[in-house]
Amino acid sequence: MSAQYPDYPLPAPALDAEPFWEGTAAGKLLLKRCTDCGETHYYPRAICPHCFSSNTEWYEASGKGSIYSFSVMRRAPVPYVIAYVRLEEGVTMMTNIIDCDFDTLAIDDQVEVVFHPIDGGFTLPLFTPIAA
Amino acid sequence: MARPCKAYIAGAYEHPTRHAVDKSVAQLHAEVARGALADAGLTKDDVDGYFCAGDAPGLGGLSMVEYMGLDVRYTDSTDTGGSAYVVHLGHAAEAIAAGKCSVALITLAGRPRMATSGPLPDYGNDTPDLGFETPFNQNIVNNYAMAAMRHRHEFGTTAEQLAWIKVAASQHAQHNEHAMLRKVVTVEDVVNSPMIADPLHRLDCCVVSDGGGALVVVSPEIAKSLGDPHRDRCVKVLGQGDAIKTTNRGQVELTHTAGIKSGAIAFEEANLTPADIDMVTIYDSFTITVLITLEDLGFCEKGQGGKFVSDGNLISGVGKLPFNTDGGGLCNNHPSNRGSMTKIIEATRQVRCEAHPKVQVPDCTFALAHGSGGLISTRLCSATAILGRYDA
Repeated sequence: MSAQYPDYPLPAPALDAEPFWEGTAAGKLLLKRCTDCGETHYYPRAICPHCFSSNTEWYEASGKGSIYSFSVMRRAPVPYVIAYVRLEEGVTMMTNIIDCDFDTLAIDDQVEVVFHPIDGGFTLPLFTPIAA
Repeated sequence: MARPCKAYIAGAYEHPTRHAVDKSVAQLHAEVARGALADAGLTKDDVDGYFCAGDAPGLGGLSMVEYMGLDVRYTDSTDTGGSAYVVHLGHAAEAIAAGKCSVALITLAGRPRMATSGPLPDYGNDTPDLGFETPFNQNIVNNYAMAAMRHRHEFGTTAEQLAWIKVAASQHAQHNEHAMLRKVVTVEDVVNSPMIADPLHRLDCCVVSDGGGALVVVSPEIAKSLGDPHRDRCVKVLGQGDAIKTTNRGQVELTHTAGIKSGAIAFEEANLTPADIDMVTIYDSFTITVLITLEDLGFCEKGQGGKFVSDGNLISGVGKLPFNTDGGGLCNNHPSNRGSMTKIIEATRQVRCEAHPKVQVPDCTFALAHGSGGLISTRLCSATAILGRYDA
């Protein structure tokens, strides 16, 4: 169990991504879906990358998913786990896995979002294993 | 009946430096340009097309055209990271075929060892993707490590299998007097080296080096006009392809690259198959990059890369598919953190039968050079070129 956290670089949100970061600060993981084709995409955009419609809307994700892949960054002042998590909504996002034993993590582990405040008023959506 | 081709590599030159303490980046570009032109038997006044990527100082090719005193009627500064020079080789061949230029100069140079190594470039908030990646401390090695981890999960690829790629590179590098790492290593050396980002060890990672390289690509008419010995040292550009793979709207998939597409395009244009290829040079940023690329290019089935690279199969004189016979990025050099220029140069040496005798592939007729630019687990541009001997 690692109780230490690395320094996280601040996000530099594009204009059409600002609601995502407002959501995490409010404890919500927001995704974008298209009201024309119905598909969710990630990362969130103003224009649907499936059908090119401009009719996209934000909605709150369940915050649950599974690890698609990960790596323990050992050569760092404070080791951390970078990961791709496949969300229940069907899209995969880059994140970190925290508050766990790095040496027992495995692909397909079930995880849930943890909202982790950092500097500058930002909150990162990180994930932690769901106790079996 | 000789195969048709749009263009020939008439000159190739790799800078011998690996640590350019006393040379500017522009100077390195000019030095490799001079070397490649001399190799081709041409002068700078013959150059009418200039190609470079983001390692060239200034706006596009403008500063380097001025610095070198060129007078060109065609330029291309497409930047796809480390694959850019295989992209440029294709673009140069197309520009020559279209009559836009007849002597194309492509240069790469840099001195990353003189800069402090930092995080990935900050493109600011106009780059839409990085805002969702940089905050999570993504860097180059852990990005590639996630692909290796997934490949291991799906196909059982082991650390020992990946290590064979480094072992083969080191077997070749021992014969290269310019290589940064000439010590022959074993599978045990690799898997016992410190873990950097699971499952990649230190010896799964390429070197950081200063230096550079250049190519002179010419029309068939120019190639025929060259005197001895330059004419018969010309290398055919038989096929080239490039393609981009992304996170695909959130459908991330880490065990394939765009090499599936770039390779298919290049093989189709060359009218060849993987079985025809005598040796390969593959951008080896990490061992996993080579393994996945070999699968994607069709040298083995998807998932069988670990078995394919094992037991010395990539070692010249030992295995069936010699690779990176100069030691590659894993042992030789990695100028400007962009690995595909040196891949084209070593493939050129091989089809010219000018590689080191200890690593020269006998009767090398067809060689494949492949570059990967960007990051394997996010956005990657794969580029493949197939080269042939002058009489191929």
